[in-house]
Formats: sequence, structure tokens, C-alpha cells
Amino acid sequence: MKNSSQKFLALLSGALLFTATLSANLAFADENPAPADASLLPVYQQFGEKAGLVAIVDDLMVNLVTDIRTRAFFADADQKHIKLELVDQFCVILGGPCTYTGKTMHESHKKLAINEADFNALVEDLQLAMNKHNVPFRAQNKLLEKLAPMHREVITKP
Amino acid sequence: MSIFCKKRETLAAALAAIFISAALSPTMLNAQETAPAAVTADASPDTPDQTGMTGSDKLLLTGGVSQLEGAAGGGLTPWAVIGGYGTRDQIGANAFYTHVGVGDYHLNDIGVLVGFFNRVELSFAQQRFDTENVGAALGLGRGFTFRQNIVGLKVKVAGDAVLEQDSWLPQISVGAQFKKNDQQAVLHAIGAKDDQGTDFYISATKLYLGQSILLNGTLRFTKANQIGILGFGGDKNDSYKPEFEGSIAYLLSRNIALGAEYRMKPSNLGIAKEDDWYDVFVAFAPYKHVSITLAYAHLGNIVIKDNQNGPYLSVQVGF
Repeated sequence: MKNSSQKFLALLSGALLFTATLSANLAFADENPAPADASLLPVYQQFGEKAGLVAIVDDLMVNLVTDIRTRAFFADADQKHIKLELVDQFCVILGGPCTYTGKTMHESHKKLAINEADFNALVEDLQLAMNKHNVPFRAQNKLLEKLAPMHREVITKP
Repeated sequence: MSIFCKKRETLAAALAAIFISAALSPTMLNAQETAPAAVTADASPDTPDQTGMTGSDKLLLTGGVSQLEGAAGGGLTPWAVIGGYGTRDQIGANAFYTHVGVGDYHLNDIGVLVGFFNRVELSFAQQRFDTENVGAALGLGRGFTFRQNIVGLKVKVAGDAVLEQDSWLPQISVGAQFKKNDQQAVLHAIGAKDDQGTDFYISATKLYLGQSILLNGTLRFTKANQIGILGFGGDKNDSYKPEFEGSIAYLLSRNIALGAEYRMKPSNLGIAKEDDWYDVFVAFAPYKHVSITLAYAHLGNIVIKDNQNGPYLSVQVGF
């Protein structure tokens, strides 16, 4: 009993130390908001290329201003501009022939006090829009995989 | 008569648990995520600038389901995820009922858990293992039942299984399960050293979103015989043993996961060899407030009966 408890505690403190080291190494420089991945070109096609992305992002915005959890962030914003930037961002990430000229995720969200619930709400609204346009689930996840790490810059509420 | 009483008690406890979780959750009955309009309907006082702390804003199925001992995980094994749908700013909770019916035995299992700020999970479960005709054969009486209460504690120590998609680091949690069995005399008679014991575990869970696959590995330190239903320690061995448990799940859609699990177990008792357990499962969550898990479980030898296989059904409600 004693032995195992000690082993367990050793494991636990090891894990904690490890975490602390990792956290210390986290850079605070803005990350690339549109990391292009050429290998995702087939996924870009499954999204219906640029026209598909435009239609999906149109519906995403409708969902965002309907969803009480996200409405406050988008209702009075320049929706047209945000949609253009999102289409370019998604397009570049999926290896499409676009250029993203928008701000970094840190820059564009720093004043918004977004929490994890808000971030996840946008993911759900995006999933609804992708479902509506019949993007295969696995293809959806390829995009979400690239967007998920942006939580570090988007979630700004302490 | 006593069987009927026990069933009624179980039902009452399950209903109480469900009632408690319903009372705690203002969003309990609101369906969501089927359409934007439904998203609006779900938005409750507990969202963006909430004053209440309960909430359901974790993504669908990312809190796992309830495993046999009450922790969030797969069916057989705990995962590193914190149960319930609470985010780092919210408290989530759920209640479950699980029935496992194998050839010569059945298990009824109920429990509740609360997840605090996606960091700490507290759980309680009660297992009732009914020996059916085996009880009669062993002179204990037909339908002789072992009852075990389990209090669980889990703490997330690192990582995020879902959001940290660009990191190799899984979500890591440590936990303990405090178990107490109500059949001390029988347990001693079969060679178990104790009627209570504590399992310690460390779990690592990672969602590989690009592959739509979730992997979990758990290392458990335990003295439990048949997870504690046959007590703790035995004539063959009475020390803690490390046992590996693994799960793999493939996400078929946002609300359906298919998977398999394997749980290694010690074999401490001289009277009966204990086998590892494994299962294949499908988990379905039509909404965040409900999930149903169906599995086919292979529990191997249990006391005098080999090849104990059968269906596993679990229903979970919560927020």
C-alpha cells in the first residue's frame, strides 16, 4: 500500500513538473492565423472550393447572430468583412488558392472577452453550417483540427 | 419479495439522481444543436456573461460517458476527460444507469458525477452484482447480491484532449476510486483480504481530430478482485498491481462513436482465475443532455463460470 502510494505520488509530481515546464515554454508571439496545408487540398474540394466556403460562412454568420451565446460578438460587427476574412482563412488553411490578409487571431480577439463556452459555441455553429452543406464529417474535422489550437489566442477572458 | 424491494430501491435511487441533476440544470429539457433556432432556445442564463456557474458548453461527447465505477470514460475504463458538459468556467453533472447481463450473472449500476470547471470530477456509483443461480449453487441463495459503493475523485493535471490539436501532449488526469463492498463475511470466506480498497490511476486521453479517433490509456494500481465485487487482495496476492486499460473510439458523426476497450485485471484469489475484460461499444448522444451506450462485453471467468459474455446498456442524463 505504502509503496504504491509513493509510486503514485512520484508519477503525479512528475506529471505536474512536466506541465510546468511545458507552460514555461509557451511562446506569446502571435501564431500564424492561416497555416496553409497543401495536403488538405482534397478536403478543400470536399468543402466545395471557394464557392462552397462562401455559402458555409454565410450560414455560419446567420447561426452566430441567431445564437444567443455568440450574438453579442457579431450583431454590431462588420459582418461582411468578417465573412470575407473567414472564407480566406479557411481557404488558405485547406490549401486553396487564396491569400489571408486579416489580423492575427490574437489581434482580432483581444478586446472581446471570449471564454471557452463562446469559443465552443462558434465551433457548434460552424458544424451546423458544414452539415447543412453536406461537408463529410471527416472533412469537417480536418478543418476543426487546424482551428482548435487557436483557442489559445481567441479565448481571452481570464 | 426481497428482489422486488431491491429493484424498487434501485429505481428510486436512479430517479432521485435524475431528479437532482434536472433540478441543478436550468437547461435540462432544452434540445439543442439541431438547428440554429434550437441553439437560441438552448441559450440560457448560464452563457456568455453568466452569473450562474452551471453550463453545458463543452462540445458534444467530449465528456465521455460513465464507466462502471462512475468516472467519466468509456464503459470499462476511466478517461482523462472531466465528466459533464461544463467548460473551464462551468460546473456540469450527470447521472447514469448501466445494466450488464452476462451468461450467469447481471450487474445493475447507478451513479452520479459532478465536473468542476473541467478540472475536478467527483463521482459516486453503486454496483449491485446479482449471482442469480450461481448464488444458489454456492449455498449463498439464489440471487445473492454483492453491493459495492464507490466514491471517485479525478483531477486533470495537464493538457486538453480536444482543443490542443497541434500538440502531442494528451490530456492527463490522476484519480482515485474508494470502494466499499457490503459482503464482508462472504468475501473473507472466498479468500479476499478486505471488503474495501482504493484504486489509484493515471489516464491519458487524446482526440486525433484529423483522424476522427480518440485514444485513451489508463494505468491503474489496484488490489480489487473483479473490480471489488469480490473484495480486495487475496490468498494468492495481497499487494497493489499496476494494470493497463485502453480504449479506442472512432467518431462516426458528431453524436455517434464506435469503439473498443480492454481492461487488464489482477488475479488474487485462489478459488477462481480472473480474466481481463474487453468490449466493443457504440455511444450515441442525440443531445448533450442524453447519451446511450450499447456494448457487448467479454468478462471471461467469474468464479465458477467461464465465458461470461453479454450485452451492456447504459443511459446517461445530465448537463
